[in-house]
Amino acid sequence: MEKLYARDLYGQTLLELGKKDPRVVVLDADLSGSTRTAIFGKEFPERFFNVGVAEQNLMATAAGLSSCGKIVFASTFAMFATARPLDQIRNTVCYNNCNVKIVATHGGITVGEDGASHQAIEDVGFLRPIPNIRIIVPCDAWEARAAVLAAYETEGPFYIRLGRSKARTVTQKPPFELGKGQTIEDGRDVALVACGIMVNEALQARDVLKEQGISAAVINMPTIKPVDEDLIVRMAERFGKIVVCEEHQVIGGLYSAVCEVLARTRPVRVAAVAVDNKFGQSGNPEELMKHYGLTPGGIADKAVNLCRQTSGN
Amino acid sequence: MEKIRFLKNNANQMRRLIVEMLAKAGSGHPGGSLSATEILACLFFEVMRHDPKNPGWEDRDRFHLSKGHCCPALYAALALNGYFPKEELMHLRCLGAKLQGHPDRRTPGVSMASGSLGKGLSVALGMALAGKMDKKDYRVYCVMGDGEIQEGNIWEAAMAAAHFKTDNLCGILDYNRFQIDGRTEDIMNLEPVVNKWESFGWHVIECDGHNIELLIEAFHQAKGIQQKPTLIVAHTVKGKGVSFMEHVVDFHGRAPTTKEQEIAFKELEDIERDESQL
Repeated sequence: MEKLYARDLYGQTLLELGKKDPRVVVLDADLSGSTRTAIFGKEFPERFFNVGVAEQNLMATAAGLSSCGKIVFASTFAMFATARPLDQIRNTVCYNNCNVKIVATHGGITVGEDGASHQAIEDVGFLRPIPNIRIIVPCDAWEARAAVLAAYETEGPFYIRLGRSKARTVTQKPPFELGKGQTIEDGRDVALVACGIMVNEALQARDVLKEQGISAAVINMPTIKPVDEDLIVRMAERFGKIVVCEEHQVIGGLYSAVCEVLARTRPVRVAAVAVDNKFGQSGNPEELMKHYGLTPGGIADKAVNLCRQTSGN
Repeated sequence: MEKIRFLKNNANQMRRLIVEMLAKAGSGHPGGSLSATEILACLFFEVMRHDPKNPGWEDRDRFHLSKGHCCPALYAALALNGYFPKEELMHLRCLGAKLQGHPDRRTPGVSMASGSLGKGLSVALGMALAGKMDKKDYRVYCVMGDGEIQEGNIWEAAMAAAHFKTDNLCGILDYNRFQIDGRTEDIMNLEPVVNKWESFGWHVIECDGHNIELLIEAFHQAKGIQQKPTLIVAHTVKGKGVSFMEHVVDFHGRAPTTKEQEIAFKELEDIERDESQL
């Protein structure tokens, strides 16, 4: 199956948008080669600003540009795009409802060898409580492209989290719709709700579960905010149990979002496949995924346990 | 001379409104509002190109109050310009009011909120870059507090503004030498402040921040500076115009009582009378 860098498609999509719309402006903080915003910068130097290693200035300058009618994309690594300039994002970008699209790369634990200091696994949790912002964690490069286009077309602040490594293409042209989840594979016994690269892991977990006689549905949930409440409630009603899979801390991300919806609508058992309140460490992406249980086997185990726990009910 | 008299008169009116709205609200920041009064009077009644009937005018000069807590001065300037009726000032800080405790876009004439310190120069930089990109001749004015420039984000923006040669950007430092906890030199020394900004690549002009003629001259000079941003270091007095507030750190963030308002009004009337007799 095809594997692509989501950030490659991000760079190309920016270039396309730049050609079509002179309002598109791109900012980066000394990582333009890695984030691929340099592709835009080379073609449109007058609309590209590298602010150096200064993420607070990155976000607040983006806000100022947007107040003059620009559609601003601001990029750096997920770790530096969220924690460092959180006040600039909260009080300047979001409070003013600025048309600023934060597209961060190198999100998640699969940033790998650089270790814990560079592994953004709290980023969604930092941003999720802030009003006005929309948060998308695409499952592959094509969905990343669709998310960037949706952000361009939709007024207001966005956070789009991309990974460092190549992502396996889950569907060639996913029908991405802002704020909607999609059932990729249907099932009878349990729902696996996932975002980002964990969608692919969930699809493989489905095969593992099938061998054990369990039929799992796989739901891709790229928009973490606003999350698709209707779909989550429908899944809870249908299956009575859900496993949420994300490359993020168990606190603050998709698992929290799903539980918040169900706690006030249709309380059911929800298990998490996520980083369990720990910092990461160096290692290659595959080793890290295994070490922290973010694997098809890890998902299958959680699903089996959940099915056992709820079968007596 | 007529122009100077007009600006002084507006500054005096602003001071009365600042004291009055803060006494009514019962909380807020008089010290830094009164120190920035002449700066804002010059900008809003003389220097800036703007249209109160069309606050979002694309070609307007931009104003951003980075030291957002001093919004009473901004609100007074906006009201006297006709952005909204003066009565709104008496609802400052009330639930549902157009005039929030710190600047907010619901106020006509405020295009970007502020309040959390240190970010405004970056916002102004973004506006200046947009102006350059669009080949517009508007200028961007950003008023900063002295305590505020202890924030790291200010220096990120200072470095970037010089790097991008935004000569359409003019920062104004309201250098009243006090912050909430005390004197800036005791809390976190800013000196040598002029050298700092010059070494960051800015053109720096120092002047008495309460002297209308000198301020106008400084703004005029800034317009002629090319290839670099300008910072006006305005030497000011915290609480200026009200004797018991001047240089008193307590009035950084305490509103006057009704009684104090009465005394302040008397003093301000005396100043007006003296000036009108000149």
